[in-house]
Amino acid sequence: MAEPLLQVSGIVKRFTGVLALDRVSVDLAPGEVHALVGENGAGKSTLIKVITGVYRPDEGQVSLAGRPVEFADPLDAQRAGIQAVHQEIGLVPSMSVARNLFLGREPRRRFGLIDFRAMHRDAEGTLASYGIGVDVRSPLRSVGLGAQQMIALARAVSVDARVVVMDEPTSSLEPREVDTLFGVIDRLRDQGISVIYVSHRLDELYRICDGVTVLRDGRVVHQGLLSELDRLGLVSLMLGRPVSDVRAEGVTKFSGGHDLARDTPIVEASGLTRRHVLDDVSIAIRPGEVVGLGGLLGAGRTETAKAIAGAFPLDAGRVTVAGRPLRRGSAAAAIRAGVALLPEDRKAEGIIATLSVRENIALAALPRLSRGGVVSEARIDRIVDTFIKRLRIKSAGPHQPVAELSGGNQQKVLLARWLATEPKILLLDEPTRGIDVGAKAEVQSLIDELAEDGLGVLLISADLEELVEGSDRVVVLKDGTVVGELSGGDLTEEGVMATIAANTVDGAADASHDQVEGGSG
Amino acid sequence: MTASESHAAVPVSRLDRGRILAWLQDYGVYAAIAALIIVNIAITPRFLSLENLRTQLVQVAPVVIVSLGMALVIGTEGVDLSVGSVMALTTAVIPLYLGYGVVPAIVAGLLGGVVVGLVNGSLVAFVGVQPIVATLALFVGGRGIALVVAGGRLKDIYDPDLLSLGSSSVLGVPLPVVIAAVLTVVVMAIVRRTTFGRRLVAIGGNRTASELSGLPVKRILLLVYVASGLLAAAAGILATARLQASDPSSLGLLMELSAITAVVVGGTPLTGGRVRVLGTVAGALLIQLVRATLIKHDLADSLAQMVQAVIILAAVYAARGRAGR
Repeated sequence: MAEPLLQVSGIVKRFTGVLALDRVSVDLAPGEVHALVGENGAGKSTLIKVITGVYRPDEGQVSLAGRPVEFADPLDAQRAGIQAVHQEIGLVPSMSVARNLFLGREPRRRFGLIDFRAMHRDAEGTLASYGIGVDVRSPLRSVGLGAQQMIALARAVSVDARVVVMDEPTSSLEPREVDTLFGVIDRLRDQGISVIYVSHRLDELYRICDGVTVLRDGRVVHQGLLSELDRLGLVSLMLGRPVSDVRAEGVTKFSGGHDLARDTPIVEASGLTRRHVLDDVSIAIRPGEVVGLGGLLGAGRTETAKAIAGAFPLDAGRVTVAGRPLRRGSAAAAIRAGVALLPEDRKAEGIIATLSVRENIALAALPRLSRGGVVSEARIDRIVDTFIKRLRIKSAGPHQPVAELSGGNQQKVLLARWLATEPKILLLDEPTRGIDVGAKAEVQSLIDELAEDGLGVLLISADLEELVEGSDRVVVLKDGTVVGELSGGDLTEEGVMATIAANTVDGAADASHDQVEGGSG
Repeated sequence: MTASESHAAVPVSRLDRGRILAWLQDYGVYAAIAALIIVNIAITPRFLSLENLRTQLVQVAPVVIVSLGMALVIGTEGVDLSVGSVMALTTAVIPLYLGYGVVPAIVAGLLGGVVVGLVNGSLVAFVGVQPIVATLALFVGGRGIALVVAGGRLKDIYDPDLLSLGSSSVLGVPLPVVIAAVLTVVVMAIVRRTTFGRRLVAIGGNRTASELSGLPVKRILLLVYVASGLLAAAAGILATARLQASDPSSLGLLMELSAITAVVVGGTPLTGGRVRVLGTVAGALLIQLVRATLIKHDLADSLAQMVQAVIILAAVYAARGRAGR
């Protein structure tokens, strides 16, 4: 390879004591398309922010074409030739396409007036070369999201970019637009422009990328050519589970199979569909059964759980609980029917930080703890007391502000909130993330206990070991569709990884993402 | 809430400061009132006279009533700028219906407040307009409508039943003060004892979590603004009776600022998630006391405004003790 165009070496970045990046180094050759992958919290976005001048590294050095650079802010990085195309496109929706393309460097006539004729002509030429046929005079917001993304890219490239960072560039693109995007990336490659490509879509990575860096917990765990790394290897590196892992029994607190899984499903979700996010996802859960939901970040696991709980807008699909269909898009209706969702983001979507432990527990069950709109303090006390004891919530008392509790105890408070509604089905989205080992074991054995009591449980976990040992069967999602289901002897960490890694499309340029994969593992 | 024990890295001095600020936010208003009363007993002649206390309390009663509604709105992380205009609307409507009797006039006045509340609440809850913008519309427009309704003129009111609302007493306590006290107790009961009260506080604390917990968020937001409109209308009726005239061009002017000040000084954070009803009443009393003290000693009203500004800044500073987590 030629001398690297972008050289990132030994980057360390700490946030209030937490090590976000630990001596991360990446080299980009001119014209290289480099995949940057990793799961939640791996440090991808921190690294990108260091490269694009948003953060300053605590240690380490970024060099561009052999010269050390230090960016004061993102604008500084842009001037040096590092352009970022983000998910949220940083353009002005009310301005015309052409204005956006030339924002800040419009062609001028005398007296500094904008030469609209020249600008429109140039804009049309530029966009046509990218295969975009839109009216450059119309406001940006009137063109499709895919076209907006391409315009953002065209803008980034046309201002003398040397390195382009693309963060999930295809998340809102149609398959045809993805092909156009990849055509553009190929052209960048020919011009010697390097690309850092962040995506969770394995098919795309293998189609377009040359090199790969896998991050996990802020460290580089693998670096090399993507063609030398098979899909299973990549998935196992991302998830941090060795391929030939001999399962250590008894590390998690799960007791193993609940062969109580019986009867007809308590909840049936069928054909859950939302453009670009979910595609015909169907899942059934029986009473007493723990169903795991596997897949990489962005595969649609959280969205599936939220859709079942009526908290995610759907284009199509229906959910029935105990045979009765739920009104779509109503969290209240789902809760009344017995669905409980423990959300992924405890702080933002779960706890109410201004309230006490007691008020947080009672919140969702208030209708049954009150009469005629007046709450019964005695009944709240009883139920709060019961759950504080049963879940062993450690607090100074029910009136302690919930924000003062540890993460694990906050999670237990949220579990108590839901159990107080006497649910039939529990949807647990990363129930043990960010909580200490002891609390983790307690939550795990609690999940077991609840399933044995006859609850249906949907378990989402990025921790493969937890997923495999805690679930009776695992449904694997990929790019918003169900790609497989594993149970019994097939249910191993390796099996889940293999299902995720399976080449669902054969890499051909005309392959589309919206084909439905049948699923049995 | 403040820098808590669980964060071992927080230096001790900051932890103490957080505690002190939190205490100030919760109880500072009572301490300030106590201090001001002691100062007044010492330096203001006849401060403790029954006559003076009555005057002060009657003057502050409408502010207290409006502030109660404002506290509910702020508890949901909102704000209601239209309360002063609601008072103007109420005072403009009353003379139109006094011919039918005092009860129809009062009902009509209250209905005006409900309608404004419904408009505000619908914009906030269903359309998703930011509260400050949604209520700004009727803050500006409401008084305009009131002036059109009233024909732009001040009208004297002679109806003895209506005037008695402002001048009669129950067991020696002026009626406006009794009404403000009763409404305070009612709002306190709503906040503490009803599902509605619990839920509105939860929504202010974390709207997403409340939605995911199945709370009827939109309905509650709508009702909160209706309650604020209704209370502002009640204050408008009392103020009209006190004034013995309908003056839509000046009644309730700057009331929204007094109410927000009372709520914030009383320990309810602008970021929502808590409602302190008694603190709000105390906040209103404190502002009244400051103004009365300065006026009694022939200091300009402009000085009172400056002192008010200092109190607001102190309250906002104290609120940082909780926010700075």
